Amino acid sequence: MYDADKIITGLIIFLCLITFPIYYNIATGKAAYRPEPKIVTEEKQCVESKGYMRAKHMDLLEEWRESVVREGKRVYVASDGKQYTMSLVDTCMRCHWNKAEFCDLCHNYVGIRLNCWSCHTLPKRD
Amino acid sequence: MMKVSRRGFLKATGLVVIGLVAKPLFDTLSRLELPQLSARLGTLTGKRLAMVINLKACLAKDGCSDCIEACHRIHNVPDFGNPKDEIKWLRTVPYEDAFPELKHEFIAKGLKGLPTLVLCNHCANPPCVQVCPTGATWKREDGIVMQDYHRCIGCRYCIAACPYGSRSFNWRDPVPFIKEINFGFPIRTRGVVEKCNFCEERLAKGLPPACVEACWEKKVLIFGNLEDPNSNIREILHLHYSLQRKPYLGTNPQVYYIIT
Repeated sequence: MYDADKIITGLIIFLCLITFPIYYNIATGKAAYRPEPKIVTEEKQCVESKGYMRAKHMDLLEEWRESVVREGKRVYVASDGKQYTMSLVDTCMRCHWNKAEFCDLCHNYVGIRLNCWSCHTLPKRD
Repeated sequence: MMKVSRRGFLKATGLVVIGLVAKPLFDTLSRLELPQLSARLGTLTGKRLAMVINLKACLAKDGCSDCIEACHRIHNVPDFGNPKDEIKWLRTVPYEDAFPELKHEFIAKGLKGLPTLVLCNHCANPPCVQVCPTGATWKREDGIVMQDYHRCIGCRYCIAACPYGSRSFNWRDPVPFIKEINFGFPIRTRGVVEKCNFCEERLAKGLPPACVEACWEKKVLIFGNLEDPNSNIREILHLHYSLQRKPYLGTNPQVYYIIT
């Protein structure tokens, strides 16, 4: 390669420049906007642990849906032995009624479009 | 190469067959409980939900529509105000339209044009289930023909297959035509098929179907389990002459009508 040292230096400078916004954001602490869904309930414990719900809520909801609609089984036994009625509107949304600040906040951020709410509806609440 | 005689080959084959059959045969013969038959095969496992409609006692002819209103309110059934878009769960049709094979020139005075309640018959042999390409509609073990709106792709094969017109397609967004939304039950969107579900969501809570509850005192609608020989519904069917809609089609409707 001719002028290897110039080209490589140039490439390094180019990479530094193009990734500068990332380092800048990390350094100033603005890094990353993180959606902070609001939890408005007095309840201390969700159906499962917080970590599990964060990672797997979609799988849990799908399991609930299949169980209720296809098999007619409506009671969920959580890993701590507590029993819950499997219902999006009656169970999940009883605590997380602030859909706009809870569900939508993250889903909008990561660009996920759900069609739950085209049929499942919530009463208006302040 | 090793030579195999015909006799040797047959012996080896025999041993292989015995080896394959021994375990399943042992399992079958050693089983103690009787095989359970599935509802899907036409036999039921101990529950077979059905309804009897007492036509003469029904006050629909005097303008009563309590059961229809209760059903439509609870299930968010829209009222489009025209028959083309109508969503049909529970409705009345003239007697001779409900039972076209019983129509003749000298039909009894009390029956001619009598408003007859019709709903999904929850057939024991449902043609809608056979044609559904996605498994969105199926027959539960208790006999209810269920419809899963999540899986419905709106192909409308089931509407074509149903000989009773019990299924409806949402041609338009139903939401603006629902008087008051019941948040306890999902609404539907444009592009899915829907029908009466025998109030399976209420049965799960131990409640009777909404129409039966709305007409509780008049005892026009009787709901129960046909597999239970001591049930009210069995007694009523035992005591009265009863009709099914279009029984000759072989669908075996589980909504029975008594006219005496």
